[in-house]
Parts: sequence; C-alpha cells; structure tokens
Amino acid sequence: MDLTQTAEVEAFRAEARAWLADHVPASPLPSLETREGFAAHREWEAVLHADRWSAVSWPEEYGGRGVDLVKWLVFEEEYWAAGAPGRVSQNGISLLAPTLFDHATAEQRARVLPPMASGEVVWAQAWSEPESGSDLASLTSRAVRTEGGWLLSGQKTWSSRAAFADRAFGIFRTDPDAPKPHQGLTYLMFDLRAAGVTVRPIGRLDGKPAFAELFLDEVFVPDEDVIGEPGQGWRIAMSTTGSERGLTLRSPGRFLAAAGRLAALWREQGDPADTALRDRVADAVVGARAYELFTWAGASRFAAGGAAGAESSLNKVFWSEYDIALHETALDLLGADAELADGEWAEPWIFSLAGPIYAGTNEIQRDIIAERLLGLPKGRR
Amino acid sequence: MRFLPTDEQSDFARTLRSLLGSAQVPAAVRAWADGDHGPGHELRSRLAATGLFALAAPEAYEGAGLLPLELSLGFVELGRAGMPGPVVESAAVSVLLSELGDEALAKRFLPGLVAGEAWATLTLPGGSPYALDADAAAHCLTVSAAGELRLAAPGTGEVLRSTDPARRLSRPSAAGGELLAAGPAVARAAAAAGRWARLLTAAQCLGVGEALLARTVGYVKQRTQFGAPIGSFQAVKHRLADTLLALEFARPLLWAAALSTAPGDVAAAKLRCGEAAYRAAMTALQLHGAVGYTEELDLSLWLRKARPLRDAWGTPSACRAEVLRSVTPG
Repeated sequence: MDLTQTAEVEAFRAEARAWLADHVPASPLPSLETREGFAAHREWEAVLHADRWSAVSWPEEYGGRGVDLVKWLVFEEEYWAAGAPGRVSQNGISLLAPTLFDHATAEQRARVLPPMASGEVVWAQAWSEPESGSDLASLTSRAVRTEGGWLLSGQKTWSSRAAFADRAFGIFRTDPDAPKPHQGLTYLMFDLRAAGVTVRPIGRLDGKPAFAELFLDEVFVPDEDVIGEPGQGWRIAMSTTGSERGLTLRSPGRFLAAAGRLAALWREQGDPADTALRDRVADAVVGARAYELFTWAGASRFAAGGAAGAESSLNKVFWSEYDIALHETALDLLGADAELADGEWAEPWIFSLAGPIYAGTNEIQRDIIAERLLGLPKGRR
Repeated sequence: MRFLPTDEQSDFARTLRSLLGSAQVPAAVRAWADGDHGPGHELRSRLAATGLFALAAPEAYEGAGLLPLELSLGFVELGRAGMPGPVVESAAVSVLLSELGDEALAKRFLPGLVAGEAWATLTLPGGSPYALDADAAAHCLTVSAAGELRLAAPGTGEVLRSTDPARRLSRPSAAGGELLAAGPAVARAAAAAGRWARLLTAAQCLGVGEALLARTVGYVKQRTQFGAPIGSFQAVKHRLADTLLALEFARPLLWAAALSTAPGDVAAAKLRCGEAAYRAAMTALQLHGAVGYTEELDLSLWLRKARPLRDAWGTPSACRAEVLRSVTPG
C-alpha cells in the first residue's frame, strides 16, 4: 500500500501547476450564475481548451489529454489550489460526456464533444419535472415520433445552468404504454433556442438565476440527437447519475483547497480560546483529508478492475454534508461579516446548501446505502 | 500509488479474523471482567503464533521489524472480535523499547513480548494516569514527565472499575520501582510509543464499530414489528447508513496514518475511528431497543468498549488540537 505518485504523475502535476499560475485570472470572475459571469466563465473555458486543460481525461481527438483517473484527480487538486474559476461546462463534462462515451455513436461524439470542450456550447441538464423529483421514473414529458425525429412536449424544472446555456439533455417518455414507469423512456439532446422552447429562469435562494423551468411545445429533435436506443433512456440515464455521484462530480481537490482557506482564516481571525470553533475547523481539515483518501482508495480499486457502484452514494452524502459544514464554520469565523452577500464565503455557502438536494437527494442516497450496501429490505419510501 | 492493502496484508487480516471468530472471545471477555485472565492469556498465545506481536519489534529481537500497517490491520480484527487485555499497551511497550536503543533492555523484554509469553502495560506523561490491566500484565512500565522510564513495583494497588468491566484500571505506584532508563532518548521513544498506541487504538475502534454495525444490521433484518422487519423502515435504515458512512470514511484515514505514523495523520485517524465507533455503539443500542441495554446480551461487550476506546490514548479534543498543529506552518 502506498500514496506515492510516479515521477510521470508528478511531472504532469508540475506542468498543470505552471500553466495555472500563468493563466488563472488575478481577480475572481463575476458570479457564474449571472449573465455577465456566465459569459466570463465561458471565455475561461476557451482559455483552458486552447491548451487542452478543459477536459483532460478525454481522448486527444476531442480536445483532451487522454489522462487516467489519477492524473485527473491531480489536475483537479492543482486547479482548485490555484483558485481557478468554477466550471460553467460542468454539467456537460461530468454528466453528458460520460454518457456519450458509453452510449453514443462516433458521429455524435465527434459532433458534440469538441464544442463542449471549448465552451462554445454549454449544456444544461433536464431531468426533474414538477411532479417527478426523487421519483424520476414517473416523469410525463413526452417525445412523439415524427418524420425524421421526435416532437418534445411537457415541462422540465430545476434545470441547472439553463437560464444561459445553449443546449440540454434529459429523458422523455416515448412509449406511454410500457408496463413499468422506467420503461419506454428515451435519452435525447435538444436546443434550448429551438422553436417551441420557453425558458423561465428561477431565482435561487440568493436570487441568482442558477436554474430554470423549461416549457416544451412540440420541439423538434432530429434522430441524430437521440442517444442509444429509444426506450433505453432509464438505463442510460442511471449510468450518468452513477458518474455524477461517483468520482467525477466533486473532486477532493475542491474541498482540500477550501479546507486550506478555512484553516488560514482560523489562523488569521480565530480566537484561540474558542475551542468549539477550533474543533470544527479541525473537523473540516480532517474531512477533506478523509474524502481525499477515500477517493484514492476508490481510484486504486478502479485501477484494479473494480467498478463504482452503490459506493458512489456514500461519496455523495459525504461531500454534500461536508461542504455545508465547512462553509458554516467559515461564516461563524467571520462573525458579523458573514452576513455580507458579497463576502468570499457567502455565495459558496448558498451553493453548498443545494448539495444534499441535487444529484439524488441524500434521503434517496441513504436508502441506496442501506439496501444495496447493508442488504436491508426494501420498504415504502 | 496503490492505496489498498496488498493480498498478503488482506490474507493476514482474514487469518486473524477466522482465528478469533472461532475462539469464543465473548466468554474470555466475561472471564477477564471477573478477574479470570486464563482464557485471555490463552488467546494471547494463539495470536502470538500468527506473528502479530512480532510486528512491533525489530528483527534483532525476534521481531519482524516495525510494521505499523500490518499491525493496524491486525488490530482492526482484535477490535472486531472484542479481544480483552492490554493489547495496545503491550505493543506500545514493544515500540518504546525498540525505539529506545538500549540493547540490554530490548533483550530483556522484547523476545518475551514477541512470543506472547506475557502482557505489558504502560503509562506515559500527559496521558491517562491509569494503567490498563496491570493486574494481568507481567510488566508495568511508566514514563514520568521528567523522562524517567521505570518498571513499576509489583503489586498493582487497588483495581478501579472501568465503565467497561473488561478494562481493569490501576494507578502504578509512582515511588519506587526499578529505574530502567532516563533522559531525552526516553522522551523520544515515549513519543513514538504514544503515537503507536493512538494508531492501534484507532484500529481497534474501527473493528469495534464494524462489529457493532454488523450485529445491528443482522438484528434489524430479523426483528419484526408492525408486520415488517424493522430494517425496512427509513428511520432505521438512515441511522445505519450514517453508521456505515462514518466507518467507511474513517478507514482510509487509518490506512494513511499507518503508512506515515505522522502525528497529524494519527490524530485524524484516532478522531474519526473513535467517533465512528462510538456513534455505531449509540446506533446499535437504540436499534436493539431494551434488549440492547442489558449486560446479558453479548452486544454489551462492544457497546461498553466503544466509549473508553474513543478516549484512550487521545481524546477527540486532544486529537483535533493535534490536527490543527499539524497544518499550522512553522
């Protein structure tokens, strides 16, 4: 057992660190969840892409560097340690792209991935519906067969990034007569500016339009934008949520960097006599380390041929609750300044509050942990 | 980078697990609590035969070299089985004497400890004043704040009752006893021994927590109320999911601490393994209902261990302070 990286990995780390030192904007970009900030973050994606840093784990033909999971984790460590901007292309890169690699045709990959890597096309997810949240398989938005494609109708909601994004992906009911809810669903991609699409931005808790409702009225989707076989959408989507919950949505690098900033804040402003607060700072430092090490163990298992399964539910519950605790600790350290909406920790705190809700609520994740990892009997939710 | 136990390391843990699984440890724990050390001594000899105690001593003294990772994986199994006795303290004495570099002392004590001929126990400055199971140990060592290593005088004084009856505490007599060594070398060796004791207690905690979780999962699957196994109810499931979560995120901290034995890493591992085990105990107690609150049920043997082990060789508070020291520059 060891935690030592090879010289090659360390060389990759050094290259990433040097590039980031030269390119990370000196002052933070405006919030990703504003029109101005969205545009600035899209430009940053282009800067990353120009030197092949926007999607390092992808094959080179799509703009990546073809690196393995270990190097991706190392890149993420360096990325967040450098204080680089949030990723406006996150939904596409971590949710849609893995699905394309597993289920799409070569033509689809060649058409969709390069503009995703450059930030030219930014993707939103379209899973939830007003009456279908945790019980996603009950969704009713439909796609009806038409000449050369499908016509989408219905309503999607809580669609992250959709206020300013270009395109979206999700699952739609193509066979309303299928015997079970998760059958007869189809995974497809559509243009948010197509005829028949109405996007109504929704203000997040801080008022910023971080997500949107989508009203769809006979929106035409060509056959070339269907991923996998019609009717297989549930299986394909579940492989995506697996990636989302697993190793690729929230890398440890992000939390290691945040915990480092918190420890620095404690040293600058903490009252040494306040041992209750001191203990929470220590917990944040330990939590980031635990998450990092858990991920290295997972990456090692993956390299040895194991697959991420229900363990990704442990991961999701851990980071989402950790993230809130970390930010709450920072706010407590700030005292009266914690209330200032433009403070360094305020927006990340607001963002953290959504973690236990999206990507499968933590209640659903705990059910999965209990049933699939502990073998407890299924019951009513 | 391969952050997983090797096949050999996993096999060693499995061997211990199967040995202890069929060794009627609960009966030995109950006997130990009554002052009958016979079955516990018997277990010690069987463990020695696996080479467990050799992992805390150099080859020159019949050991296998100081191998904290293998030893930690072994101590997880001791925790899982609920093994009684000063197991951590004996290993810590072994480490202290290995690190001290005094050949005569090493020769005098180490081969016997490696062979499992006797238990040893220990108190260190800044730690608990109580020696664990001194009445069952052949050697009771103490290190004073002034850096004197002494072999406490025979006769342990009054045995103080612990909240875990299988832990028998006493205050080693401060005066008298043979002076074995003194000076800065003792302080250094004592620091190493303290770090190992903390690491191995963390390992034991992880095993205790896993045993409590496994027993409770088994119970909620078979206990039926309202016409369904109580394990099908969400309130029950979620407590158990949280128990697993805490244990699974503590385990890699233990591995990393065993790899480096750095103070910050060891403190982080102890903090999380100790807290996870204690939370597992509280969940086990609640989900077993009233029968879990009885001493008759063997569950009590692990329930009562979880709290003292959480605090032994580094309370959560002491460990948090150590973690912050380790990330403070300068």
